[in-house]
Amino acid sequence: MSVFQQIVRTHETAILNGWMKEISIATRRSDLMNDAEMRQQSSEFLHLFTEATQVSSEVRSDAFAAAREFLKGVAKSRMEQGFTASEISMFVLSLKQPVFNVLRDEFKGDASKLVTEIWTSGDLLDKLAMMTVDAAIELREQTIARQQEEMMELSTPVVKLWDGVLALPLIGTLDSGRTQVVMESLLSAIVETNSQVAIIDITGVPTVDTLVAQHLIKTITAARLMGAECYLSGIRPAIAQTIVHLGIDLVDVQTKAKLSDAFKIALTRLGKAVVSIKNHPAARAEEQ
Amino acid sequence: MALKSETYTIRSSDDVVRVRQIARAWASEIKLSLVDQTKLVTATSELARNTLEHGGGGAMTAEMVENGIRRGIKLTFTDQGPGIANLELALQDGYTTGNGMGLGLSGSKRLVNEFDIKSEPGLGTTVTIVRWK
Repeated sequence: MSVFQQIVRTHETAILNGWMKEISIATRRSDLMNDAEMRQQSSEFLHLFTEATQVSSEVRSDAFAAAREFLKGVAKSRMEQGFTASEISMFVLSLKQPVFNVLRDEFKGDASKLVTEIWTSGDLLDKLAMMTVDAAIELREQTIARQQEEMMELSTPVVKLWDGVLALPLIGTLDSGRTQVVMESLLSAIVETNSQVAIIDITGVPTVDTLVAQHLIKTITAARLMGAECYLSGIRPAIAQTIVHLGIDLVDVQTKAKLSDAFKIALTRLGKAVVSIKNHPAARAEEQ
Repeated sequence: MALKSETYTIRSSDDVVRVRQIARAWASEIKLSLVDQTKLVTATSELARNTLEHGGGGAMTAEMVENGIRRGIKLTFTDQGPGIANLELALQDGYTTGNGMGLGLSGSKRLVNEFDIKSEPGLGTTVTIVRWK
């Protein structure tokens, strides 16, 4: 066991004061955090750190569990406050200077001892700092994963255009994961609404390659198996030419350039039509 | 001579989307028409997915090339995967070793002006495409 642990304990207050000064130079974000809050957080961590170092010098050990938890909390609250990852790591790293200062005063005449102690304590603080950054990054990743999920749900709305007519306006990139969601939501909507016609609109899909085409064909085939007719609309000129050159066969699929065209044939299929009420017998009867 | 050149790794399906966006950005930079942009992007999508799925990941090098007053985008896809034993067969419409449509390679060839494929079984595959303005 090293000696720096005892020294840190004896000089806790001095270190805290030095640390606060260091923080105010290096990472102070007075716009994000006030002094009292900062001091309270720092003194709490220093205390946990001192306690843990008395028992072990391995940051992954149980002795450091409380300190690790605390840093995770710090990372979380600071991420939410808008600190960057490097600013968060500086919280721990800025503790080095005051600790080294104390060690320097203690081992004035013994250079080799001083280096050993500085190395041990520095290594420990580095590892804790990295742990804090890891925690911060993990939080970011969680946010990204959650947003991806939300986006996937948001981007596959099945809407009802008319009794028996569903539309699925697709927007964005269709990868295998998303297509699965799209397919499921469309097929279950067909059952729920008892629809005979479903229109898949790809106006918002930037690239239609063989994978996307294959997914679309599979979805359309599955819908057909359930007794619903599926139309594909929103095929832009550039996409149409690309599909032809790629050699994708969409002959079996009823396609239209515009969603309104697809809607029109859907109504025809259901034996319905949209008519102008002007000059219509029913409208005239109402006027009289 | 290449006016500019950049290499991007392809390791996940997110990377496929990324290189596609890069292809689109470069294509619009040399003012390719919308149709030609779409063709290049679609070919990029096919070849990048091949690199990922059959080659086990690799890289795409994008180059802006010049030939007289004509400008073009040259994309090179490389992987160190198992390679293709029979190129003639692989370039046939409808032939697939996976469960795709079998149009990726042959279709991409039709979408670009220049298409070159080199493959060595056990060593990997390199596909180069060029779309001129």
